[in-house]
Amino acid sequence: MNKILIIIPAFNEEVSLPGVMQDLRNHAPDADILVVDDGSSDRTAAVARQTGVNVASLPYNLGIGGAMQTGYQYARNNGYQIAIQFDGDGQHMAAEIGELLDLLRQGRADIVVGSRFLKRGEYRPTFFRKVGIWIFSTVLSAILGMPVTDTTSGFRAVNRRVIEFFARAYPEDYPEVESLVLLHRAGMTIAEVPVRMRDRTGGRSSITPIRSAYYMIKVLLAVFVDLLKKVR
Amino acid sequence: MDILKALAIAGSAILMFLVLELIRRGRLKERYALLWLFSSIVLLIFSLSRSLLEYFSRMIGIYYPPSLLFLIAFVFLLLITLHFSSVISGLSEKNKRLAQEIALLRKALEEGQRSR
Repeated sequence: MNKILIIIPAFNEEVSLPGVMQDLRNHAPDADILVVDDGSSDRTAAVARQTGVNVASLPYNLGIGGAMQTGYQYARNNGYQIAIQFDGDGQHMAAEIGELLDLLRQGRADIVVGSRFLKRGEYRPTFFRKVGIWIFSTVLSAILGMPVTDTTSGFRAVNRRVIEFFARAYPEDYPEVESLVLLHRAGMTIAEVPVRMRDRTGGRSSITPIRSAYYMIKVLLAVFVDLLKKVR
Repeated sequence: MDILKALAIAGSAILMFLVLELIRRGRLKERYALLWLFSSIVLLIFSLSRSLLEYFSRMIGIYYPPSLLFLIAFVFLLLITLHFSSVISGLSEKNKRLAQEIALLRKALEEGQRSR
């Protein structure tokens, strides 16, 4: 049996969670769902429980990295063969999960990342975002030795090998970008598939425009620190 | 005995006394106390012996020997803060693991209660 777990890290997402659950029920009815409530101050955990999915509540806010890792530990402990990262804010589309799974099931990669930027003209970022995206993908492509376009995408599907790796070691600060570097260094293969993404339906992005330049410098530093790390 | 020497001796003696007292009361784990104890002993030795201080100062080219005391204190402080950073990193990692374990255990507990 190929058990699939969809991990949804949620920090104050009570507004958007019901819509996300509906979307997942329609398009991925066979998969189990785990909402990791990252110490939310609103009714995130209660709202998630009402929809009948699994909920793990962290005692305090760990940040996206620690919350996501909780999901991977749950996947490891409960014998899931595949885990899917899915955002709780409604920007990912459940209908696209199949695309990610296809590539993973063919065994062509250990992790499949859904990329907004592979489809031409679908996504129109602002100028500054464009520059940031270009810098990230250029640096990451050089490190990984393969072209990657959407390094900050949190829409991913991974196999058992990666589940076990992430349950042990998952980066805390900028997990999307950093995890690609760590996986590459651990000898895993990475693939991207084009996906569409929606604008956010509720909540607020953790990246405000003012902070993005500072954010970029910090991420790049974190990536270089990851290159120094010993990978077990 | 000049005032500077008296001050240096008093300062390092007080530091050593404080460290020993904290260890004695169990407020400072021995593991973290070692660097403190070592640095206060070194400072005390150099405060007591002007000739030793002058010898080492000349050796590394310091013209005003008491500066060596500052240098030693500064280097020890650097080491101690670096040590703290590494201890804090370890603690926050363990803290995170505990929080994750609590979330997963709480979930398992709730499932157990529901199925009963």
